[in-house]
Amino acid sequence: MSILDSKIPSGALSTKWSSYKDHIRLVNPANKRNIDIIVVGTGLAGGSASAALAELGYNVKAFCFQDSPRRAHSIAAQGGINAAKNYQGDGDSVFRLFYDTVKGGDYRAREANVYRLAEVSASIIDQCVAQGVPFAREYGGLLDNRSFGGSQVSRTFYAKGQTGQQLLLGAYSAMSRQIGKGKIQMYKRHEMLDLVIVDGKARGIIARNLVTGSLERFSAHAVVIASGGYGNVFYLSTNAMGSNVSAAWKIHKKGAFFANPCYTQIHPTCIPVSGDHQSKLTLMSESLRNDGRIWVPKNLEDSKAIREGRMKPTDITDENKDFFLERRYPAFGNLVPRDVASRAAKERCDAGFGVNATGEAVYLDFASAIERYGREKARMNHDGEASMDTIMELGAEVVKAKYGNLFQMYYKIVDQDPYKTPMMIYPAVHYTMGGVWVDYNLMTTITGCYATGEANFSDHGANRLGASALMQGLADGYFVLPYTIADYLADEIRTGKISTELPEFIQAEADVKEGIDRLMNIKGTKSVDYFHKRLGKIIWDKVGMSRDEAGLKWAIDEVQKLRAEFYSDVRIPGTVDSFNPELDKANRVCDFLELGELMAVDALNRTESCGGHFREESQTEEGEAKRNDKDFAYVAAWEYTGKPSEAILHKEQLVFEEIKLVERNYK
Amino acid sequence: MKLTLKIWRQSGPNDKGQIVTYPIDNIEGNMSFLDMMDVLNEELIMKGDDPVAFDHDCREGICGMCSLFINGEAHGPDRAVTTCQLHMRKFSDGETIYIEPWRAKAFPVVKDLVVDRSAFDRVMAAGGFVSVNTSGNTVDANAIPISKINADKAFEAATCIGCGACVASCVNASAMLFVSAKVSQLALLPQGKVEATERVLNMVRTMDEEGFGNCTNTGACAVECPKEISLDNIARMNREYFKAMLTSE
Repeated sequence: MSILDSKIPSGALSTKWSSYKDHIRLVNPANKRNIDIIVVGTGLAGGSASAALAELGYNVKAFCFQDSPRRAHSIAAQGGINAAKNYQGDGDSVFRLFYDTVKGGDYRAREANVYRLAEVSASIIDQCVAQGVPFAREYGGLLDNRSFGGSQVSRTFYAKGQTGQQLLLGAYSAMSRQIGKGKIQMYKRHEMLDLVIVDGKARGIIARNLVTGSLERFSAHAVVIASGGYGNVFYLSTNAMGSNVSAAWKIHKKGAFFANPCYTQIHPTCIPVSGDHQSKLTLMSESLRNDGRIWVPKNLEDSKAIREGRMKPTDITDENKDFFLERRYPAFGNLVPRDVASRAAKERCDAGFGVNATGEAVYLDFASAIERYGREKARMNHDGEASMDTIMELGAEVVKAKYGNLFQMYYKIVDQDPYKTPMMIYPAVHYTMGGVWVDYNLMTTITGCYATGEANFSDHGANRLGASALMQGLADGYFVLPYTIADYLADEIRTGKISTELPEFIQAEADVKEGIDRLMNIKGTKSVDYFHKRLGKIIWDKVGMSRDEAGLKWAIDEVQKLRAEFYSDVRIPGTVDSFNPELDKANRVCDFLELGELMAVDALNRTESCGGHFREESQTEEGEAKRNDKDFAYVAAWEYTGKPSEAILHKEQLVFEEIKLVERNYK
Repeated sequence: MKLTLKIWRQSGPNDKGQIVTYPIDNIEGNMSFLDMMDVLNEELIMKGDDPVAFDHDCREGICGMCSLFINGEAHGPDRAVTTCQLHMRKFSDGETIYIEPWRAKAFPVVKDLVVDRSAFDRVMAAGGFVSVNTSGNTVDANAIPISKINADKAFEAATCIGCGACVASCVNASAMLFVSAKVSQLALLPQGKVEATERVLNMVRTMDEEGFGNCTNTGACAVECPKEISLDNIARMNREYFKAMLTSE
């Protein structure tokens, strides 16, 4: 029997959230003024939660490691945000968004959470427009939509290729308003290094001031972890350099279960790796798959000629191109979900059809879209005689208006003009569906400690659909947590200020100090990045796009050895009590070195394939992922015991009342 | 390629600071400027020297955290890019590159190339928002149509990443481009118009209090802006400001 209680309210799925909200407890305005809440992270999940909680009257202490709350990596999300508005009248509804999300997640998400997410999605758009978020509009002044992978409707709202930026700046401006009022105390350049638990409840954190190096204690009546995902365990990912798992991992070590760590998303359209010195990978938005067609040459000879520079992609005629997604998945074509598209690209490259020097790239081609838009535009200009050059020029303008910044970014990085020659793309780590286990209230297995956004595991199952991360971050922060946290805080109205002089705070600070001193005293011979790169390679090779038993066992062993080596040979320059980015990195890599092992442990346990988790041993004859619902329709929540390989597995059985489990088919 | 780096080193806010020369080799054209800095730091760490501190995070030109004044230009010689997206192919073998922090009274140096841009956050807290609480009961997003022209202009202004290149490039260390981008975005949208008067007055007052200089229309800010924020925004903010001065109570 599991000790996990997901606390899903009873009643019909479509009325669970509204009736639950009607009955949970509230905290009256006068009492809210006496309650402190810590929010770690200022991305969409943390920024929206901080703003909304402060608006309600709570005292919020918000933390980010960057120099401003406006910089969190949500800002880099490009393509858009889903919402069940049905503005296009194309048959969308709350149910369809819910259904697409559960199916897209390969039936490994919790129905009640996903339904709630779909339900509040429309309010997100209303709220953001009210804040002044400049979404794309049509000439009539109403909001425009585009479509994204894994759905057959257009429900994605966007602001060119900078949707994440605009939504985050919306949340940041809402935060700024509360910072100005003094309702949010903003701690920038601070990194949480431990959670403080008093009498079984989360009561505060220990954070390091990254400018002075000093350790500081902060107390609160509840702690919210909104620190994002753990994609940087791979070293090379589309995450920001500073993105890390530390806050989530610290609470895991203090008792919060970590769920489904093996569910990582490899995004199909990223700029391929160019060299050894590369520090990060850059995403090209999935929205490009609306208009771009993915292909490799049909003939191995042509691929070889391209790799050797004897041939250009523009030399190949359409008959000799293999539009492999359109070929394999005619119903969804280039808009299949990310896991499916990534594996298909890998399959072609592994078969020798890759198109760049490393053999790890496929084309994303806009020529047919440019021509189609050009013809449309020429018709609107009453220019029936337009030459092909004019048509392509007109078409390029339309494409520029839609994706201008993405094309420019590609040009700056690769030094090739994507209006003239197809983009080269390859899958890269982008998002992590796994994360801290939470119940329906978003509370972790530690009382009073919550996890929201990418940091939790709850809504995307084994694969996230495009434009759903922004939706979840804002749903959690604006519309879910502000309700559910009150139900807990209603018991805290008589608690009063919590002293940071309690022995638990003193002990936690001492433990953190000891850990840092230990790192500084190693004085080894290798830099932090050296270890991080090696870790990344192990995880990418064996816990990446496809996994098998032997590889996973090897990875567990290798990560353990690497961790031991790190603790005996890492070199961190500088001092403890100063601005020391190398020490910051070392603190983060320590946690990645443990998490990496748990990812492999989880992947080894799950012998089925589902979503982003592909086990070689579990595939159909056509090479598609094969789920095993009988044995694996559960959330794997791991309890820390001191060693990741000895973590204890707890299972939350997934119950599907509304959705029938079928093979995911995009054909 | 082989390069000579002349980098500003300053141990802390109270240190006087100086330029230190570092030769570097084996730099490839497809490396970003910050990849190059990583290579340098890796070398310094192995030698037992203190690595050069610089701010960076997303490395895809959108978070606004990276900075660097490179050969006298904010974000270096290329146009419409941040330092993290500047590639070494823009430099030639044997070149000497000067690397300095943003220099402005309102942006004190933290260490080496890292500066404190909190002043921007304080300007934002003075009025860079629409005063609307989170409720789920605001009007439907399509209830107020907004002309595409204004929506697009508001978007263009809203793409500011708050990096501070405008301030660093300005002879007066003025923050007018940054402040005007936010004032413009919200002034162009019906949702922001309600508080337009107070907003522009409060943001401009805070901008002055923070020690940013005034605008003398040299336009360097817009040239160096990685997001190509237009000077039109400054004109629009001035209009908003004068209107507010005349009409506020």
